[in-house]
Amino acid sequence: MDDLIKYAPALWEGFLKNVQLSLICAVLSLTLGTILVSMRVAPTPILRAVGAGYVNVVRNTPLTLVLAFSALGLSDTLGFVFSDEPRSNGFWLVTLGLSAYTATFVCEALRSGINTVPLGQAEAARAIGLTFFQSLTMIILPQAFRVVIAPLGSVMIAMIKNTTVAIAAGYLAESAFVMKDTFDDTGVSIPIFIGLVVAFMAVTLPIGFFTGWLANRLAVAR
Amino acid sequence: MSRGATVLFDAPGPRARVRNNIMTLLAVVAVAAILYFIYLRFDEKGQWEGRIWEPFIRPETWTNYIVPGLLGTLEAAGLASVLALIFGGLFGLARLSDHAWIRLPAGAVVEVFRAIPLLLLIFFIFYLAPSVLGSGDYTLAALVTGLTLYNGSVLAEVVRAGVRAVPKGQSEAAYAIGLRKSGVMRLVLLPQAVTAMMPAIVSQLVVLLKDTALGYIIAYVDLLNMGFKIIPAVNFGSLIPAAIVIGIIYVGLNMALSALATWLERRSRRSRKSAAPPIEPPGAVGVPATGMGVSAVD
Repeated sequence: MDDLIKYAPALWEGFLKNVQLSLICAVLSLTLGTILVSMRVAPTPILRAVGAGYVNVVRNTPLTLVLAFSALGLSDTLGFVFSDEPRSNGFWLVTLGLSAYTATFVCEALRSGINTVPLGQAEAARAIGLTFFQSLTMIILPQAFRVVIAPLGSVMIAMIKNTTVAIAAGYLAESAFVMKDTFDDTGVSIPIFIGLVVAFMAVTLPIGFFTGWLANRLAVAR
Repeated sequence: MSRGATVLFDAPGPRARVRNNIMTLLAVVAVAAILYFIYLRFDEKGQWEGRIWEPFIRPETWTNYIVPGLLGTLEAAGLASVLALIFGGLFGLARLSDHAWIRLPAGAVVEVFRAIPLLLLIFFIFYLAPSVLGSGDYTLAALVTGLTLYNGSVLAEVVRAGVRAVPKGQSEAAYAIGLRKSGVMRLVLLPQAVTAMMPAIVSQLVVLLKDTALGYIIAYVDLLNMGFKIIPAVNFGSLIPAAIVIGIIYVGLNMALSALATWLERRSRRSRKSAAPPIEPPGAVGVPATGMGVSAVD
């Protein structure tokens, strides 16, 4: 218990980095996922092919490889640098990799949501003269989103847990690294591990309950 | 083409055809621009030099690094799959028990291990093992234990959902012909549940296979470690080619497993051996018959 109290400030700071990463990745991955799903259902075959190719490749690549590649490949070898300061460069590389990875799961969830929208909805949208883009943004996606709130919640929870893999991109500030660093110093400490697990659960469990509640509340009545 | 695509648009008329052609042209230009940009960037950083790609046509690179790495990955994935299935089976059935003193602790274990970030769990086991069992190489043990506890907990939920998906009439009929609780489970419910669970189990195994790459972080010698640390260290500068080669291997393995899951799902949808419909993989949308394959959330 003493270990937990002694290292609590450092762990808390690390955990806040996880929260920051999660918030930015949530916004980016939901946006990118929506764009991807729009491509995957577009009338243009090449957009569909590009969307499907991206999703299938990135979704089947281990996150560790995605993140290690963003750091060692994109940044170190190819010279895509966000910031000269290594720590903030690492932060944005993790954001990039994790968002690119999570977006594929958002896309798949939304796509199965689109499949639940009855054909009549799209036909009615066309009948009143809406274009593809209008019917997608005004009719199809709003209904698809409401169906997949709970699955999107699971995707977000998985993403929050995945922020711990940031260490693979050489970003050495978030809580998994702080925990490892502490263990290197003082040896293994069960209270520290439990403390971090409780911190993560304090974030993920409410999200699970909230999205479950929201899914019921916003369920499309058919 | 997905079914969603046909929901969204009709057979195009003359104006829509023109619009589609313009969109196609723009998309081609955009894709070409991105590819050209990547080509230029590679060129600028000297990534097209034959020297850094050459190691991958030499057989030694494959026999000394890539194949042993792949075997390391498959060993961890294989061990963890078997153990996770056993763990999942035990705890899934324990959660269905009629006795609260079995059901509640099993439920707590499953919920807790599902909620812990896997990497934290692996780190914890990795540092805990030497202080409990004495010094030694615990990379494989930590990786396999972490993967087993996490994926086993997810599979426990799959098992529970699978047994529950068998219609109630099946167990009622089984009790009516005089079977005991264990007989009902073993002879009637489980055989049907397994058919319904197969696609979800296989898509969880895809997640498990991908997660073996976390071993890279604790320096377990797997495909990612060989490809990303050792090959670029031996053949200076070959990082990008190595990333592409091992990326293709990972994506190929996972896509093959995913295809197996989709095939199993179609088969079990047709199957008359089970009265239970195939259950959704963990985290997927609870919409029956979307017909778009299965994938678990990771």
